[in-house]
Amino acid sequence: MSNILVLIELSNTGETRNTAPELLAVARRLGTPVAVVATSPVGSAGLAAKLGSYGAAQVYLVESAGVGTLLVAPQLEALAAAVEALDPAAVLVANSVEGRDVAARLSVRTGAGLIIDAVDLRSEGGRVLATHSVFGGAYTVESTVVGVLPIVTVRQGAIQDRAEAVTPSVTETSVSVQAANAAVIDAVIPAVASGRPALRGAATVVSGGRGLGSKADFILVEQLADVLGAAVGASRAAVDAGFVPQSSQVGQTGTTVSPQLYVALGISGAIQHRAGMQTAKTIVAINKDADAPIFDVADFGVVGDVFTVVPQLIEAIQALRQ
Amino acid sequence: MKIIVLVKQVPDTEEERKLDLGSGVLDRGASERIIDEVNERALEVALLYKDSNKGTEVVALSMGPESVIQSLRKALSMGADSAMHVRDNALAGSDVSRTAAVLAAALRNTRFDLVVAGNESTDGRGGVVPAMIAEHLGLPHLTYLNSTEISDTGVSGVRAGEDGTLSVHAALPAVISVTERVAEARFPNFKGIMTAKKKLLEVISLSQLGFDPALARMSSSVVVSTSERPARTAGKTIVDEGTAGVELAEYLAAGHLI
Ligand SMILES: Cc1cc2nc3c(=O)[nH]c(=O)nc-3n(C[C@H](O)[C@H](O)[C@H](O)COP(=O)(O)OP(=O)(O)OC[C@H]3O[C@@H](n4cnc5c(N)ncnc54)[C@H](O)[C@@H]3O)c2cc1C
Ligand SMILES: Nc1ncnc2c1ncn2[C@@H]1O[C@H](COP(=O)(O)O)[C@@H](O)[C@H]1O
Repeated sequence: MSNILVLIELSNTGETRNTAPELLAVARRLGTPVAVVATSPVGSAGLAAKLGSYGAAQVYLVESAGVGTLLVAPQLEALAAAVEALDPAAVLVANSVEGRDVAARLSVRTGAGLIIDAVDLRSEGGRVLATHSVFGGAYTVESTVVGVLPIVTVRQGAIQDRAEAVTPSVTETSVSVQAANAAVIDAVIPAVASGRPALRGAATVVSGGRGLGSKADFILVEQLADVLGAAVGASRAAVDAGFVPQSSQVGQTGTTVSPQLYVALGISGAIQHRAGMQTAKTIVAINKDADAPIFDVADFGVVGDVFTVVPQLIEAIQALRQ
Repeated sequence: MKIIVLVKQVPDTEEERKLDLGSGVLDRGASERIIDEVNERALEVALLYKDSNKGTEVVALSMGPESVIQSLRKALSMGADSAMHVRDNALAGSDVSRTAAVLAAALRNTRFDLVVAGNESTDGRGGVVPAMIAEHLGLPHLTYLNSTEISDTGVSGVRAGEDGTLSVHAALPAVISVTERVAEARFPNFKGIMTAKKKLLEVISLSQLGFDPALARMSSSVVVSTSERPARTAGKTIVDEGTAGVELAEYLAAGHLI
C-alpha cells in the first residue's frame, strides 16, 4: 500500500496536538499511515509509541535546530524531506494555522495540488476524493487533485473514527533549516486552560453574544456550559466586546462547529454567525427579541431574558437529573 | 517604504451566497461583490503606517474579473496611492495554486518592502495564498497576525495559534497576513473619493507578466460534484411567561440531550 504522510503538530509543551489521532485515522483509510514530526535535538521521549497508539505504521522523526524558534520552517523542511524519501500518495495536515502554512509552502515547492479544509476523505479509482462543507454547510462539494501528489488540509474535529493501535517502525533523520527566509518566534503565550471541552468537535456548545452585556455576566454562559458538559462559544460581537478570547468565536471567520446540541444565548443570529453553527443537530436559542433571525434556524426557541430563563433552566436540568 | 496590499473581491457575506451546481464555482450573479472585510483591515494596517511615515507608498493589488475595478477604486478612495489589477480571461476559475502563482508573478514585476494580505478569504476560506506567495518569492511569511508593528527594516506581531499566541518577527521584505482582530478599516471621505479618480489603476494581462498558464505545469484541485443541503427550518418558539426554563429543560430531556 502507498505511504500516506501525516504532519504531526506539537503543542508549545511538546505534546502531540489532538489532531494526530484524526489525521492518522483518515490516513489509514487511504494507505499506510506515516507520522512525520519535526523534533528539537532534545527529542521527545515516548513520541513514537504514542503515535503508534493512534495508528501510525511508521514514525518519521526529523530533528531540526529551529523547532520552537523558527516559524513553520522546521515543520516544512521535515515534511519536504519525508516527501522526498517516502514517495507518498498523499500528504495530510490539520487545517490549522501551522498546518495550512506548511501545506501552502510545500505545495509550491513540490508543484503538488492543494485541497483545503476537507471534512472527509476517501480513495476511489486510485485518486483521493475530498468532501467539503461550503458556505456554512449550505453546500457539499467533492474535489480531487489533477496532477501530482495531493496535499490535503483536514478540518479539525471533523473525523470521528480512530485507527487501531500498532507498533510503529521508527526512522530518525535530521534537516537543516535556512533561517534567512523564515520568521522568528520571540515568545509563546499559552492559552489559559479552561478545563472545558474544546470548541472544535464538542458534542454540546453553549454560546453567548452581545446580549450577555458584560464580561462579568458572561459567566452565565459558562455556568450553563458546565451543567451540560459543553464547550463555550461566542459571537464576534461578544469577542469584540472582550467577554471571551477570539478562540471562542463561532462563525464565518471563527470556528465552524457541528455539535449534537448548540445553545445560543443573547445572539441575534447574523448570517455570519449562522455560517458557523447551522449544521448542528439541534439548535436552541434564547433571545429577548422575537424577530431575531436565530429563531429561523432554532429547533426550540425561547423569547425571553437570558438572565431569568437560564438560571431556571439550570435548576430544572439539575432537578430532572435527580 | 512600499507596501502592497492584496485585495480580494468576494460575495457579500450579508447575503446568501450561491454555488453553480453544475461547475461548483461561485455564482457571481447571485450576490453583491465587495472587498473582503479582512482586506479592508489589511489596507488599514498599511494606511496607518503611511499616516505616520511620510514617503510611504501603498499599492492595492488584485486578481479577478472586470468587476474587481470597483473594489480597487474603493481601496484608492480609502487612501491607497495606486492599484494593480491582474485580469485575463485565461484566469477564470483559478484555484489557490494558480492565484498564488499569478500574484507572485505580479509582485516579481515590481519593487516592494512588505506585502499585506488577509489571513483567509470569506468565500474560499483557503487561508493559504499569502504563504504560497512567500514560498514563490523565497521570502519569510508571518501569517494570521492579530496585531502588527512595522518598522523601516522589519515587521513583528502577535500570531494567532491553536493553543495560544506567538510573538513573531521577520526582516523585510516579507509577506504578512492579518486577521479581523487588527484595526477596523476607515471609511473613504469625500476628498478620498474625488482624488481616487485621478490615481493610477493599472490593468495587467498574463502576457505582460510573462506568465503562460499552460507552461506553468502546476497541479490543480478540481471540483467533482456539488450538492445543496436543504435549508434549515424553524421549529417551535415559545414566549417566556415564567416557566420557559423548565419547558426548555423538558425539551432537552425528551431529546436525550441532558
Ligand atoms: C466579514 C464578516 C465576518 C463575520 N464573522 C462573524 C463570525 O465569525 N461570528 C459571528 O458571530 N459574527 C460574525 N460577524 C458579525 C455579525 O455580522 C454580527 O455582527 C454578530 O454575529 C452579532 O453578534 P451578536 O448576535 O452577539 O450581537 P447582536 O447582533 O447585537 O445581538 C445581540 C442579541 O442579544 C439579544 N439580547 C440582548 N439582551 C438580551 C437578554 N438580556 N436576554 C436575551 N437576549 C438578549 C438582542 O435581542 C440581540 O438579538 C461577521 C461580520 C462580517 C462582516
Ligand atoms: N484573487 C486575489 N487577488 C488578490 N488577493 C488575493 C486573491 N486571492 C487571495 N488573495 C489574498 O490572500 C488572502 C487569503 O486568501 P485565501 O488563501 O484565498 O483564503 C486574501 O485575504 C487576500 O489578501
